Amino acid sequence: MELRPSDEQQQLIDAYAALYAKESSPERVRAAEPLGFDRALWGQLVEMGSMSMAVDEVHGGWGASVLDLALVAHEHGRALGPAPLIETQVACRLLARGGGDAAQALLKDALTGDRLVTVALRPPRADVAFLVPAGAVATDVVVLHRGSLLVVPTADDRIVPQNSGSMPLADVPLSETALAAAVTVASGRAALEALDAALDDWLVLTASALSGIAERSVEIGVGYAKEREAFGQKIGGFQAVGHRLADCATSAAGAQLLAREAAWSVAEDPDRSAELAAMAFAFAAATARDASDYALHFHGGYGFMLEYDIQLYFRRARAWANVVMSPAAACRLVADRRYGPRGAS
Amino acid sequence: MDFRLGESSEALRSEVREFLDEHMTRDLEEQVYRTGVSHDEEFTRALVERGWMAPGWPVEFGGQGFDPIEMVAIGEELRLADAPTYGIGTTMMVATVIRAAGTDAQKAEIIPRALSGEIVIVLGFSEPEAGSDVAAAATRAVRDGDEWVINGQKMFTTNAQIGDYVFLLTRTNPHVAKHQGLTMFLVPMDQPGVEVQAVYTLSGERTNITYYNDVRVSDAWRIGGVDEGWTTMTVALTAEHGAGFAAAIDRLLGAAESWARTAADDDGVARLEDVEVREALGRTAVDLEVARLLQRRVAWMAETGLPLATEGPMSKLFSSEALKARAQDIAEIVGPDALRSYFDPTAPSHGVLEHMVRFSLGTTIYAGTSEIHRNMIAQRGLGLPRTR
Repeated sequence: MELRPSDEQQQLIDAYAALYAKESSPERVRAAEPLGFDRALWGQLVEMGSMSMAVDEVHGGWGASVLDLALVAHEHGRALGPAPLIETQVACRLLARGGGDAAQALLKDALTGDRLVTVALRPPRADVAFLVPAGAVATDVVVLHRGSLLVVPTADDRIVPQNSGSMPLADVPLSETALAAAVTVASGRAALEALDAALDDWLVLTASALSGIAERSVEIGVGYAKEREAFGQKIGGFQAVGHRLADCATSAAGAQLLAREAAWSVAEDPDRSAELAAMAFAFAAATARDASDYALHFHGGYGFMLEYDIQLYFRRARAWANVVMSPAAACRLVADRRYGPRGAS
Repeated sequence: MDFRLGESSEALRSEVREFLDEHMTRDLEEQVYRTGVSHDEEFTRALVERGWMAPGWPVEFGGQGFDPIEMVAIGEELRLADAPTYGIGTTMMVATVIRAAGTDAQKAEIIPRALSGEIVIVLGFSEPEAGSDVAAAATRAVRDGDEWVINGQKMFTTNAQIGDYVFLLTRTNPHVAKHQGLTMFLVPMDQPGVEVQAVYTLSGERTNITYYNDVRVSDAWRIGGVDEGWTTMTVALTAEHGAGFAAAIDRLLGAAESWARTAADDDGVARLEDVEVREALGRTAVDLEVARLLQRRVAWMAETGLPLATEGPMSKLFSSEALKARAQDIAEIVGPDALRSYFDPTAPSHGVLEHMVRFSLGTTIYAGTSEIHRNMIAQRGLGLPRTR
């Protein structure tokens, strides 16, 4: 058993923490609203090889482990990085899993940042892929259409809804023009398997990012509770405040451990990795939700003011998770993976 | 990083499972529940024969030299089976303190008999007016030559009715700050002035109130220095690595899964098909995984020699609160059948689900309530001001 990242992994964490400190300050996060896309941060992420690290050497990357990606995602969550790191990493891994020369050519462009490819993890309704993460800034969306996994170019007909998480979401219509230009990644069973694998990647990396949001929310709440006085003492000295923060800190520690275990298991314990990905997501989503809520609440009226940073965390803790799945839905997914889907038992 | 316990731990786990298959029968489980006594002479003898009374002790002291991570595997399996080890646990905890802080005479007298399962040592810490605030103990010990005279009352002296010694927290100096006037004694139970009164609890566990009226104990049975009892207590309280109830959540989940696979709804469909049931089982599995990780982290840090701050309290707090919440969830989705009692022949999963609702309550109270652990996390971990 070894619960510390290796020296190399620690260097990776430190490098990304430094990048986010510089390029994803709360001021920059605010400035990127409402769209939620900071082009300079995105450029830096590409330059650091953030997409390349996600795929193996055969596909032009440098084959970092999913655990490495998760360690980076944690820093991304702590800083609320306004750039589609996880979405593009998941998409690149999905393209690498698929076949076809056209898809591989797209992957090459995605790794260099010449194209920004994202994934619609939920099936489209009435030929519209709804609320696609990073859909507003993507050049292409990987989407399941009539049993095939297609890469569809985005166009001016996409609708960009303002949203509570200040995420660059888009409703992407699968128009005839778009479908005519689409590239097939996989079909039939292979398409479903590839999309499932992409969902697992997304669950585990988002779990790690949410554990970062939870951890930072606790820090902000604790910081405020140490400063603010009421009734003649620091409010952190009231059990009503301190005990909730202790619960949140405990859950945040658990969320980080579980996200790391789930990411580690992809290479080291593959039989459990699908179940662990859903577990990690369920726990991290609930933990980030609650930690950001209590941390905001303990600011009193100030927490309700846009000027304080905790509201940035509160909104993203919910949005980053709920754009694909609630904690309750993730618990049901855990059951599917433990017992097989309903009807199979 | 590596989240496996490792080969030696897993090999040990298999050995413990084999041992439990042979010695931890359903009859024994029922006996423990019906009597409320988590101690059994025959089971203890089997553990002694296997050399597992103090598996984490160095070999030269009569242990097996297993490291904290290997001990995790043993502990998880024993607790999953609800094996009657409470009496052994308190006995060996005190033996550990004596090994660390006792005199040569005390070591020679106590340790061999503890290792052979010959004696049971019980804990006399809590009092009617000192539970979570255990350092407020008022039981008095007054020196009389080479002896001490003890008067007072202890609460929750579990296994006192079969105990040979009680490890007693007493007040020897009422004129100094409360933590500074305490002294610990190992008091033989079989003597005039010691009185044991049974107390029955919601989980079925029998515990006791013990009374001490002019009980005389030789100074030779003082453990640690006079008025230095809190230091001795600290040794006792930190002797336990990896406190937590992950294995109890495992037991709950196993019983719930077995129910979900075998029970059917009015249409004859297995309850495992029900979305609500699946969500509750999924959530319980998630909490089990987190509880395990928090608990194993404590052992890993001890093994690695990293300084422990609030990892132990986090493990205890999370696992006990999760056990209580999930036991209640499961009882609600099971419905009326969850009312059928532990070991009632009509109960699903022989009533473990019903028992867990009651058992879980104690876990958030004993060995430091959740509030005490939250205080420790808030102050030591988060650096918040002292809370009240």
